[in-house]
Amino acid sequence: MVNWSKYSSPQAFYPLAGRLIPWFAVVAVVLMGVGLYMGFFVAPTDFQQGEAYRIIFVHVPAAWMSMFLYVVMAVWAGIGMGLNARLSFMMAQAIAPTGAMFTFLALLTGAMWGKPTWGAWWVWDARLTSELILLFQYAGVMLLRTSIDDMRRADRSSAVFALVGVVNVPIIYFSVQWWNTLHQGASVSMSTGSKMAATMLTAMLLMTVAFWLYSIAVILARVRCIMVERESLPVWNEKPAVIQEAVEAR
Amino acid sequence: MSGSSMWDAIGGIVRRDLLLAMRRRSDAAMSVFFLVIVASLFPLGVGPEPAVLRIIGPGVLWVAALLACLLSLSRVFTADYLDGVLEQMVLIPQPLAVLVVGKVLAHWVISGLPVVLLSPLLGLQFGLDGEPLGVLVLSLLLGTPTLSMIGAIGAALVLGVRGSGLLVALLVLPLYVPVLIFGAGAVTSSMAGIGGEANLSLLGACLVLSLFLAPWATAAAIRIALE
Repeated sequence: MVNWSKYSSPQAFYPLAGRLIPWFAVVAVVLMGVGLYMGFFVAPTDFQQGEAYRIIFVHVPAAWMSMFLYVVMAVWAGIGMGLNARLSFMMAQAIAPTGAMFTFLALLTGAMWGKPTWGAWWVWDARLTSELILLFQYAGVMLLRTSIDDMRRADRSSAVFALVGVVNVPIIYFSVQWWNTLHQGASVSMSTGSKMAATMLTAMLLMTVAFWLYSIAVILARVRCIMVERESLPVWNEKPAVIQEAVEAR
Repeated sequence: MSGSSMWDAIGGIVRRDLLLAMRRRSDAAMSVFFLVIVASLFPLGVGPEPAVLRIIGPGVLWVAALLACLLSLSRVFTADYLDGVLEQMVLIPQPLAVLVVGKVLAHWVISGLPVVLLSPLLGLQFGLDGEPLGVLVLSLLLGTPTLSMIGAIGAALVLGVRGSGLLVALLVLPLYVPVLIFGAGAVTSSMAGIGGEANLSLLGACLVLSLFLAPWATAAAIRIALE
């Protein structure tokens, strides 16, 4: 029986994260390669949208990750507020930039797809607008944190703001059902299955898992940097064994 | 804790804040003047074409109302934070969230209600009349309390933070978007002849939801700021 609560302390989590990062990173790169190959070369051409549709292999997983990461960030923020755990706040802080990146990526690839398909880079449709608001919320969480010098207050204030913003996530997710929008409805559903060719679905799911693992790797790497920064460890250019020693000495 | 003492606490806070606002009437008048000036700038910038003004009118008036609310947000807690009254409020046996409702209610009476009362006049500037004008007033009556509720969260989060004026705008404006969409949408759909009821219902839902959730978040933010 592993004592999991041991890893709630930064001292124990720092080396664990360091050991996990390469695994997640390698698998993410491999899956991303396979997923992109399948998406761009194996999957059939769409009979309506031609080749332009292939951007969805980046767009849809990025949009999923943008919403999912916000919820994960809010959950860590909530755990931090409830249990007053330092590591939870550090995780929330580490997730925000990656989430913002995926939100931006989803908007960017959406625009690249919208130009040939809808004839416009941008339309003010419910899903696009609420995804844009999600980007603003990520920005708000990060700006609020950097504006406050006191670390404890910065943690807790941005946690409250992140939790308030969670209201937006279901609005984005259901916007294509609630409003009549230009953005097409979901092609993948848990209840009715997929309306796509099997290779398309495989490629998309591969990319989703790849983005997921990439996020974990990047977030763990960032949370290690945050730990070094916050605990002012003089170890960032040292060998792993030295870091380990310095961390345990604290 | 008895229910009446909770209402007493809310009433006491509202009375005190209104009294303070009456002693400094120019503060409250400023956001109203701001609204009038912003709303008057658009016909000058866009051009006096009545057809164009009628189309942009609802959106412009709603954005102006939103900005007027935003500018007055710093008044909700800042003075009490600086002179230590806020710390005493946290010590009052009534729940802090209840006191927050009182503060927000007073803020709405000072900065939101004048906007609602002035809106028919501003609507006439943009060529709105008849039913759309009534819907505009009703949408602002339902929407501005929500703006005050959501704004209070932002105002409490940035208490004593450097650059708080700009920061509160960045935090609060994205959260205002649904209210803006439903509010302006109610007037637009009423002008299109399909009635504003659906959007007004959504505005009402936003108000109820914010009335239920925002005081807790604001109270949490105040406690964090006072630590």
